[in-house]
Amino acid sequence: MSPTPGANKQRLVMGNEAVALGAIAGGCDFFAGYPITPATEILEEMGKMLPARGGVFLQMEDELSAIAAVIGAAWGGAVAMTATSGPGFSLMQENLGYASITQTPCVIVDAQRGGPSTGLPTLASQGDVMQARFGSHGDRPTLVITASSVNDCYESTALAFRMARKHRLPVVLLIDAVVAHMREPVELPPPPPPQKASYPKIEEDTPRFGDVPFVPFGHGPVTVVTGLSHQANGLAETQRGVHTEQMMRTTIQNILSDPEIRRSWVSAYQLDDAEIAIAAYGITARSAREAVDVLREDGIKAGLLDLKVLWPFPNQILRETADKVSMIVVPELNLGQIVLPLKAAVEGRAEVHSLNLADGTLLTPEDIAEFSAKQRKSTKEAANA
Amino acid sequence: MPRLGLDVDQYLRTQVLPTVWCPGCGNGNTVEGLATAFARMDVDPTQVVVVGGIGCSGRTPFYVKTNAMHTTHGRALAYATGLKMAQPKLTVVVTMGDGDALAIGGNHFIHAARRNIDLTVILYNNGIYGMTGGQEAPTTPLGSRTTTSLTGSIERTFDTVEIALAAGATYVARTTTFDMQEIPLRIEEAITHPGFAVVEVLSQCPTYYGRLNQIGDTTDMLVWERDRTEGLPVKMANRQELLGELKTGVFRNEKSVEFTKAYSDLCARVGGSYGLS
Ligand SMILES: Cc1ncc(C[n+]2csc(CCOP(=O)(O)OP(=O)(O)O)c2C)c(N)n1
Ligand code: SF4
Ligand SMILES: [Mg+2]
Repeated sequence: MSPTPGANKQRLVMGNEAVALGAIAGGCDFFAGYPITPATEILEEMGKMLPARGGVFLQMEDELSAIAAVIGAAWGGAVAMTATSGPGFSLMQENLGYASITQTPCVIVDAQRGGPSTGLPTLASQGDVMQARFGSHGDRPTLVITASSVNDCYESTALAFRMARKHRLPVVLLIDAVVAHMREPVELPPPPPPQKASYPKIEEDTPRFGDVPFVPFGHGPVTVVTGLSHQANGLAETQRGVHTEQMMRTTIQNILSDPEIRRSWVSAYQLDDAEIAIAAYGITARSAREAVDVLREDGIKAGLLDLKVLWPFPNQILRETADKVSMIVVPELNLGQIVLPLKAAVEGRAEVHSLNLADGTLLTPEDIAEFSAKQRKSTKEAANA
Repeated sequence: MPRLGLDVDQYLRTQVLPTVWCPGCGNGNTVEGLATAFARMDVDPTQVVVVGGIGCSGRTPFYVKTNAMHTTHGRALAYATGLKMAQPKLTVVVTMGDGDALAIGGNHFIHAARRNIDLTVILYNNGIYGMTGGQEAPTTPLGSRTTTSLTGSIERTFDTVEIALAAGATYVARTTTFDMQEIPLRIEEAITHPGFAVVEVLSQCPTYYGRLNQIGDTTDMLVWERDRTEGLPVKMANRQELLGELKTGVFRNEKSVEFTKAYSDLCARVGGSYGLS
């Protein structure tokens, strides 16, 4: 039965399902994972879709092997992803670093839940912001993308794949239990037909690492891949890691200057004439958007900066925002994480106030509006005193 | 040695030689055996990936001139599983140490065997952690001295062959670096075998195991290895308690449903084309 022209093509989709559909749209043909709330539906959806597309779906023995299989698959030419939550994300950290140093394109979804440890498995959290940036040992380029709606889940996942493949790095999609599990009416394009990724031809002396395209095994002469610091030809450099340092710096620069990243970094709402900016991400940005409306009804000019890409942190955008507003409010479902780079970026140009909650429940629009109004009042009082 | 008129060197990455290994280390014998097996089989090196873990033995991929993937400690089999599933036509050989495969990576070893995925494992068993300086491994013979069991190991010893058999590997063999002629033959059988294949190579670490246990030099260690695997009395004093009798040979060689094939069938059932005919 074909849909009537003009009929509403929207349907109710869960965040995790939208992640899976976004992955397919991004060319994903390999998934390896291990069940964990609240990410399990991504595993299940991929398990439904991939075999029928001739792609690979693997339920591994743990998260260590899930990400290892993903990296191995990428070197086998697959466009690969895994999905987990905090405890599994912790287990993935060592191999995430391996993906970084070997410049392996892949996507890791972390649907955050309350922690530490088993914590609050079914409840939301934004406690992995710093883990996503600094969780793996050593330093490395990172790209961490968020989503605050079901439609975002789709778009952000597809973006994660485009960026992973273009810049040769593991990209993290950081969502939370509520975004993962909520259902919203969305209209998504049908999945593209299955298509194997294609790769450029390499020769014996083509550099394999550095600012060059990713070419997996079996598409030319032999390649050496190692987690040791290595030269452009893949062979280890053990005395001084000059090539690896250069590669990391270049990747960071390439991400910072990527037009798609620059376009996607933040999404602003009512910010033009705002005196208070609320900087939020994920599910908290949804509450913050409503808080802006509540505050404006009370005559307080508030605006929202929805942080769509957390890492690299949009320093310049925050500086410019701080020059225009008097106060930035940073609500987060943790004990204060993104507020740290935010304060560093703002360098005192505006007051920064952190609103934190880490008990698994959500910050409501009223919580954020009330907190913002209160901070504004005490600032005014202090100025008049 | 067992070159049999073959061009073995074409499978060695001579530009990175000499190896990082100590003089007298057994790892070289196994690498020679692997390159010889490749030469006997006349493999296309661009269609082979040697995946290594971390440890002295984990360095093998650097020395064999095929595609190489030197991974993380214990996880080589998980990397190899993803790689093989993504490109099932590649020949994937996984080289791991005993600590790598059976301590930190024990879970992956068991599950890769359970799946019967077409990978060849070469497990270099020197009964010790070589790379980190001679600590106890799950394979350390009972009573042996290591830097973390200076008065003799009290931990019971893992038997690779028994674990591989119990976990479902469909080809399981054990040989030693003393039996250099045999290594390439076993490796060739394992690579040819369509399923999860394990070749354990008992190997000598003269630098740590040999020295800490006063076995002597490399030659003495090789003789010890021979005697240990033939159950013969050993000439060195105070060695008796170290010598559980270990048999060599092929312990299992049977066909069973291989994982990439099973996956291909699964895809076909739901209308997908995995690309394996
Ligand atoms: C996660 C992690 N833990 C510990 C180490 C340190 N480490 C390197 S090699 C090794 C053990 C090597 O022993 P084995 O696997 O038997 O290999 P061998 O060196 O004996 O060939 C250890 C513990 C590491 N590299 N990574
Ligand atoms: S430490 Fe032992 S295993 Fe490692 S290279 Fe030296 S002899 Fe070989
Ligand atoms: Mg060892």
